[in-house]
Amino acid sequence: MKYDKLIFELSVPGRIGYTLPETGITSINPSDLFPSELLRIEPPRLPEVGELDVVRHYTNVSKLNFGIETGFYPLGSCTMKYNPKINDEAASQPGFRNIHPLQDEDTLQPLLKLYDDTSKMLSHIAGMDATSLNSFAGAHGELTGLMIMKAYHERRGDHKRTKMIIPDSAHGTNPASAAMLGYECITIKSTPQGLIDIEALKAVLSDEVAGIMLTNPNTLGLFETDILEISRLVHEIGGLLYYDGANLNALLGVARPGDMGFDIMHMNLHKTFSTPHGGGGPGSGPVSVKGHLAHLLPHPRVVLAKGRYIIERHGDSIGQIGGFFGNFLVVVRAYTYLKSLGRELNAIGPLAVLNANYVKEKLRHAYRLPIEAPYMHEFVFNGLIDQSTGIKTLEVAKRLLDFGVHAPTIYFPLLFDQSIMVEPTEVESKATLDHFVELMLKIAKEAIEEPDCVRLAPHFTPVGRLDEVRAARTPILNYRDYVKSL
Amino acid sequence: MHRYLPHTSEEVSSMLASLRLRSIEDLFAHLPQQIRFHDAYIKDAPLSDGQIRDLMARSGGQILIPFRGYGSYDHERPAIIDAIASRQEFLTSYTPYQPEVAQGTLQYIFEFQSIVCELTGLDVSNASMYDGATSAAEAMMMAVNVTNIPRVLVASDMLPHVIDTIKTYAHFRGVTIDFVEFNHDGLLDIEHLKRLSQQAYAALLVAYPNKYGIIADYAAINELVHQSGALSIVYADLLALTLFKQPAAFGADICCGEAQSLGIPLSFGGPYVGYLSSISKYVRKMPGRICGITLDNRGQRAYVLTLQAREQHIRREKANSNICSNQSLMALQATIYAVTLGKKGLRQVAINTISATRYLHEQLIKTQLFKPSFKRPFAFETTLDYVGSIDALNRQLQKKGYLGGMPIDEHRVVFYASEKTQKQTIDAFVNAIKECHDEIR
Repeated sequence: MKYDKLIFELSVPGRIGYTLPETGITSINPSDLFPSELLRIEPPRLPEVGELDVVRHYTNVSKLNFGIETGFYPLGSCTMKYNPKINDEAASQPGFRNIHPLQDEDTLQPLLKLYDDTSKMLSHIAGMDATSLNSFAGAHGELTGLMIMKAYHERRGDHKRTKMIIPDSAHGTNPASAAMLGYECITIKSTPQGLIDIEALKAVLSDEVAGIMLTNPNTLGLFETDILEISRLVHEIGGLLYYDGANLNALLGVARPGDMGFDIMHMNLHKTFSTPHGGGGPGSGPVSVKGHLAHLLPHPRVVLAKGRYIIERHGDSIGQIGGFFGNFLVVVRAYTYLKSLGRELNAIGPLAVLNANYVKEKLRHAYRLPIEAPYMHEFVFNGLIDQSTGIKTLEVAKRLLDFGVHAPTIYFPLLFDQSIMVEPTEVESKATLDHFVELMLKIAKEAIEEPDCVRLAPHFTPVGRLDEVRAARTPILNYRDYVKSL
Repeated sequence: MHRYLPHTSEEVSSMLASLRLRSIEDLFAHLPQQIRFHDAYIKDAPLSDGQIRDLMARSGGQILIPFRGYGSYDHERPAIIDAIASRQEFLTSYTPYQPEVAQGTLQYIFEFQSIVCELTGLDVSNASMYDGATSAAEAMMMAVNVTNIPRVLVASDMLPHVIDTIKTYAHFRGVTIDFVEFNHDGLLDIEHLKRLSQQAYAALLVAYPNKYGIIADYAAINELVHQSGALSIVYADLLALTLFKQPAAFGADICCGEAQSLGIPLSFGGPYVGYLSSISKYVRKMPGRICGITLDNRGQRAYVLTLQAREQHIRREKANSNICSNQSLMALQATIYAVTLGKKGLRQVAINTISATRYLHEQLIKTQLFKPSFKRPFAFETTLDYVGSIDALNRQLQKKGYLGGMPIDEHRVVFYASEKTQKQTIDAFVNAIKECHDEIR
């Protein structure tokens, strides 16, 4: 039986879990200071629990989760690599954590140096000229990058560019980011080889196109080998190239987006640069640009001027895109990672690519490989080869959970109806990969010999398959509603 | 070879052999050779953990005794927050796409949503936003999407970094912002609001408390907003809502803001955690993840991301927002803080913080160097007018290890003290101000 309590259900009236410091200051009485119409009548119904209650509760709750340290996590496009411990230790320094964002630069020089050094290292890795660390996540980086693209056209008085070209294999955030800025999304189909169709691209290029958003390698794990031609064509009509950095891990030590002709890009520090995903953030999505766009980067910016770091608010900038300087402690983790790797950083892409190809080759006789091509850091199968018992991708994924391996990304990209997207990353050893291969082959065999066992999976996880229809039909979205529903 | 890269050269060779390749280079033979990158990105040798520690010890900023809030508030932090939030099950997992092995994340998201709904009094909360400023921008876009009116009214007494962020989002989406002035009393100018209301608008966005620390009653204003057919968006400090009327009780449709004051360290501005909460009518227009309760096929209570037809991975360009990764782990920290302090403690933190700021306020007035800028009741921050140059004063204070109040004008300054500020620390600070004042002269 899994642990099954909500913190609210542990509440006992009168119990406390905290000690507040005595300060020698007399406590105010709210009703003496504030008119009654300002004061809350009913206190919020928060739990009353002891410290041990809280610790035990969340320890038990945590055990229902699968993390990278639990086991192999081959989630495609998510780059679930090991999150080094030293990164967390570095980020927990009081000289980072106890610093107010509105302090004077004089009190911040070493911290601002770290911030600026990170930005410069990332620019170099990107093959770009300037980087802002202000965006909070990949999608936020996309939004920021597209604001820069829009501002670039606007400032040139070019107001007719209302369209954004996005391949059908793109991450969902790409069209969503473009739409948030009012762009009309033009989807172009991939070729049967899974690459950008140059003829289809040419057909949609016009002076109404602001730019194109590309992931390279794309979400199939394939390198867009025509990238220089694509770059030439898009630039020729006055558009810009945006690079979605979700798959940048493949390129570390291999190639740089800036050298391929991209003008603007974001990186995901929580993918390529080993910072933890935290169950869905905090991430960090730095935005890098070519020199001619650098003045448009968001502010505030940290700039080295006459040997001193200053915080600058530049009039030409697209403006502010969040409260302060982005997810700073995430930046500290990425900086630590870069310093820990040093010149070995170049080894990452090649080993990530080797791992992916190795696994793909070992599994392709059991799983459908829809496109025969050299792969980069990830690859996509389209379900089992033997479909005679009707076992689908969802069931394969759920069965993997039973064996202590996280499922790959499934049903994405949308190009195939049974997509299984596997990204092993460079941190996994041959032994781990061999074990994964063994499990995937075992499941393929089970699918034929004991299909019901696979169909009903998972069997050994804390909970079984969830009734998602019920959750959506009668939404119970907080504890108050839950109590009412009983 | 590196400690993060497990491959031995024998393993690399055998893996290459199984691919019928001779060298790693062969993996990239299909790439255009002119874009290959062969230099080392970083020339330095890899650093050991000990070397990193030394480097980090030299890389921090100067820690000052803070008497400044203005969107980032120093509070006590129970040790259990970091102990729990650093558990790898929470720290290293991905967005809960496989709910069977992510019930831990889903459950605390549900608890976070429950706490936000309790504090705001509204019906629904999402799983978190990046920070307060972006939560306000997303709330604004949500109102624009609900009403189809590309114009919003924003109270000009909101924190400047929130205003600047909203402006950027609005500009690039073609949304017009009109700012409602505030009067000399530190309150929203209702006559100006009425004039601006003559033209259709999607929402009015107000701060609770505002950037001066003032808490105002928005009941009458929200009636006017609703009469105009617009939505009321309240940017509220969650800690303040333990003591002051919950926005649902004065007509808020959407509530958003920063939850940093719930157990998140100052961190040079991030990671923090924003929240967004709404009446149930607009749930399908909300951005971000939402977690709901359901049952599994064994009849157990379980949690799952729901109403996903609002989101980018399903709806692509038709999604309510592009938000994907949010600030999940920070929502966990805020949740642990809120439940540890609990029903009584959270309210007590609010009371003690007001008490400390109040004491600081009184002591500063006594110096006769400061006068209150407004006559209204203030909550966690107080705004005062100083007889001299506030920048000059702050520079002197900094030399003595203090982070003085936030200068918002040549003479006007916003001070903050918290439940952890000792009386003697405030007394010493006030003395330091007197000394600095004399030194400047």
